[in-house]
Amino acid sequence: MRPPRTPDRILFVAGAWALALIWLLPLAYAVWTAFHPAEFETRFALFAPLTLENFVRAWNAAPFARYFVNTIVLVTMVLAAQLILCSLAAFAFARFEFPGKNLLFALVLVQLMVMPDILLVRNYATMGSLGLIDSILAIGLPYFASGFAIFLLRQTFKTVPRELDDAARVEGCSWLGLLWRVYVPLAKPTMLAFGLVSVSHHWNNFLWPLIITSSVETRPLTVGLSIFATTDSGTEWSIITAATLITSAPLLIGFLLFQRQFVQSFMRAGIK
Amino acid sequence: MFRRDWLIALAFLAPALILLFGFTHYPAIQTVIDSFWSTARGRRPAVFVGWDNYARMVQDEIFRRAMINNAIYAAITIPASVALALAMALFVQSRILGRGFLRLAYFTPTVLPLIAVANIWLFFYLPGFGLFEQLRGWAGLSPRNWIGSPDTALYAVTAVTVWAQAGFFMIFYLAALQTIPPSLREAAAIEGCSPLTFFRRVTWPLIMPTTLFISVNATINAFRTVDHIFVMTQGGPNNASMLLLYYIYEQGFRFWDTAYASALTVVMVVLLALVGIGQFFWLDRKVHYR
Repeated sequence: MRPPRTPDRILFVAGAWALALIWLLPLAYAVWTAFHPAEFETRFALFAPLTLENFVRAWNAAPFARYFVNTIVLVTMVLAAQLILCSLAAFAFARFEFPGKNLLFALVLVQLMVMPDILLVRNYATMGSLGLIDSILAIGLPYFASGFAIFLLRQTFKTVPRELDDAARVEGCSWLGLLWRVYVPLAKPTMLAFGLVSVSHHWNNFLWPLIITSSVETRPLTVGLSIFATTDSGTEWSIITAATLITSAPLLIGFLLFQRQFVQSFMRAGIK
Repeated sequence: MFRRDWLIALAFLAPALILLFGFTHYPAIQTVIDSFWSTARGRRPAVFVGWDNYARMVQDEIFRRAMINNAIYAAITIPASVALALAMALFVQSRILGRGFLRLAYFTPTVLPLIAVANIWLFFYLPGFGLFEQLRGWAGLSPRNWIGSPDTALYAVTAVTVWAQAGFFMIFYLAALQTIPPSLREAAAIEGCSPLTFFRRVTWPLIMPTTLFISVNATINAFRTVDHIFVMTQGGPNNASMLLLYYIYEQGFRFWDTAYASALTVVMVVLLALVGIGQFFWLDRKVHYR
């Protein structure tokens, strides 16, 4: 059944489209300036010549290749560590009874509010005493034990029927084997959703990497971009927007290709 | 028998808990302790100064400015993001022309790094050059330096935050809207209930837990997201867009006054803890726990 074409229905659709256009405008503007020569930055001519020059110049003006490698190493490392460590912890919370369980779980949930993002000064000092300042490991380490991941996975693990693990235990399966063979496969959708959240969060994270890194070898894309955009004040805007798009491109392209799955797994993560 | 279980559980928990304590609980407690000591400088070690750092805070006009700014920032970003997210979710939940495109448009800003978003918006706001200026030019208005003037800088960065996060919150509303049984809508249609009444009497109460959940997240974000400040205003002009976390960064890592930065962090943690406690007592437990 199609909704009738009443005036308020038309208003509704118009509102939806107006909002969408406003929301896309900044990005569209950035794409426009990045793909056109500098003189078209503010002059909109339909047939203005397209160019990739801005991207080439941006790419050559800063070590973006290195920043890309750093960011990819960072997000891979963080995600792998989170999935392993948090699955183990979530499994213990979901399947074992031990004294102090609720207290420990409450302490895990504290991290939902007080994230490492704000404990900058002290975490910097800790990294100093570990000798890790200016390393990619230092960017990721505070995020390895994610309270959110433990919470999410515990919820999922709790839905696994007990009969399954009793059966596996009778078969002589170890606890670790049980987690790996029964729980992890069943939690795949949750892990995928969390993985998307985690990757986009750490790809985009800025403040902590800015503080803890100081060299090209460790800097992720976000920090590299901020340095590129602020120190070279002589740089043309079209080149800065090109660099901005380079930085966001992988996530943006990934999102455009897998839009449906992306939004749906976010939604699933949201319900839980 | 029982004890063996405990040991196994401990072995499973240990790696995550050690890191969790090392980078969340220990630094939180240590930050409170640090806030009562002075900053060590050169060969002069830190000394116990009691409440001095907090006394300084009371006198500190920039701190006061940051708190007021943060309050304004929160007061705008929270309701604006929630309202826009809800509108977006209602738009794309219904059968509407170009639904896929609309969803994409609303959600896309969420995927971009805030630091990149800031670059794009900076370009918008540039005096005499950016898009807003061109619009003003066409309308015959005088040019305006949006992020360079103390009257508008805070609102300029606030708008960016709302733009960047509303689409993310939309997803949660979308998920909540889909749990409303279609039979309710049909029943309401038979009763001749207008869409507006249906929204007010059925939809809105049912999505209340989601609204609270989103509000809490928006509140946390209001204190935590300052990335765009680095590119757009650096807290200026004249501290007009100074926010608490940016001030902590400035004190701790530009002036290296780590003791004062610790005291400021304590204020931040207390604020977030209040939000957390509020959520715990206020929020429907279903959102938090299941």
